[in-house]
Amino acid sequence: MELSLLLIKALIILAVFGVTLLIATYSTYAERKVAAFIQDRVGPNRAGPFGLAQPLADAVKLFFKEEFVPANANKFLFIAGPSLAMLTACMSSAVIPFGGTLIIGGEAIHLQAIEVNIGILYVFGIVALGVYGIMIGGWASNNKFSLLGAIRAASQNISYELAMGMSIIALLLVTGTLSMRDIAAQQGQELFGISGLNWNIFYQPLGFLIFIVCAFAETNRVPFDLPECETELVGGYHTEYSSMGMGLYLFAEYVNIFVASAVMSTLYFGGYNFPFMDQLGLPHNVVTILGTVVLFAKILFFIFFFMWVRWTLPRFRYDQLMNLGWKILIPLSIANVILTGGAILLKQELF
Amino acid sequence: MQSLSNRAKKLEKKPMNFSERMYLPAIFQGLSITMRHFFKKKATIKYPEETRPMSAVWRGLHVLKRDEKGRERCTACGLCAVACPAEAITMVAGERKRGEEHLYREEKYAVSYEINMLRCIFCGLCEEACPKAAIFLQNDKLAPARYERDEFIYGKDRLVEPMPIQNV
Repeated sequence: MELSLLLIKALIILAVFGVTLLIATYSTYAERKVAAFIQDRVGPNRAGPFGLAQPLADAVKLFFKEEFVPANANKFLFIAGPSLAMLTACMSSAVIPFGGTLIIGGEAIHLQAIEVNIGILYVFGIVALGVYGIMIGGWASNNKFSLLGAIRAASQNISYELAMGMSIIALLLVTGTLSMRDIAAQQGQELFGISGLNWNIFYQPLGFLIFIVCAFAETNRVPFDLPECETELVGGYHTEYSSMGMGLYLFAEYVNIFVASAVMSTLYFGGYNFPFMDQLGLPHNVVTILGTVVLFAKILFFIFFFMWVRWTLPRFRYDQLMNLGWKILIPLSIANVILTGGAILLKQELF
Repeated sequence: MQSLSNRAKKLEKKPMNFSERMYLPAIFQGLSITMRHFFKKKATIKYPEETRPMSAVWRGLHVLKRDEKGRERCTACGLCAVACPAEAITMVAGERKRGEEHLYREEKYAVSYEINMLRCIFCGLCEEACPKAAIFLQNDKLAPARYERDEFIYGKDRLVEPMPIQNV
């Protein structure tokens, strides 16, 4: 009994890990396709049907390149940087509930790798660690551009983490729990008589706006990709990297995008819940599987949104970035916390 | 300062209003523009599989024509070489021997006829100058890329139309 439970857990962890990597792999392909489509081109279409083997070709190319370590770089840290970036990127998808429960043989199986009752806090901790990979890699390169990129990454992540945390506090006031599973389950309740539509976006629209802006900054995506700003810093923190060191940094970015999309869908867009989920009268397991499909549709939409924004907006200037972070987003998020708290008090007084 | 054309407009820099300072309407406008391009017809021609259609009057690679009996029409008069603005055409004339009447239509013919495709500007003046309707610019062939410069000097072996298949 215990062994089978362990086996199921191992399977789920393996599946989550595999799906994370698979989606990140094909995000590189999707990014190039989306970029091409937005620029009226067709994008990669030579490797395999529709260019679907392109990520494989990219990986082979990166593996066969020379792994170059600059002469005056700190060799240990130089290799530790991209490894750390990749490691932390892969860790945060563990607590995301990818579905409700499957009931097999009277046993309820949660479609979630690990349940911790402080899920959001865990995600935040890991995301905050993610900047160390960039910092260490950029610093160890012994290159001014890399160092500047690393410093930018660190200061940017610290600035935007504050606003992100504040927007999450407002969300916590609404949900009253830190557990990702509970937050997802709460959103399956009824709203206006429609089950599975009790999404937090309807209670926290401003909080979501702040959160998504901060998510762009945390994943170092355009318009906040100043750490790798090629017009000013050559390549930023990965200037000195070649081969798979470079590959790991790029890959970690896509894993981070996947995680950020998954967190946004879970926290604000109902997670695995979809409208009319209880009113369709379908069996429990079918609803769960449908919910997982719906969650992945939401995640893929957000990944697309990340790319869509990348090929629309130009990059911020550094002082604009700091102004937006400290002078606009943080006051807004504090106001959001106060408004949410006031609204909750008012609701308790009136009803 | 006085404007020279009297068309200069005086622009006033107004402070941005609230919606402009929020940036969000501008961002959504930008996103809608890129989304429109996402579904637009793509400009790419997938080259090896599809080629750009050529105009009916396209001037491409030259050809030296033969007449209906398979004899070379060119009489090496040199008018094309004179007409050529790029001086790409050179030729050596020779006299037709007895027994060669089935090869050359006129008594004088081009022993060698060379066009330098690197000099040629494909203007088609040689075609206009030719009194014997011997040289034409084809509308379906291009001078392909090559590795050496001397490979671009096309002699009679590559210019003269191949013999029509004899059906005796």
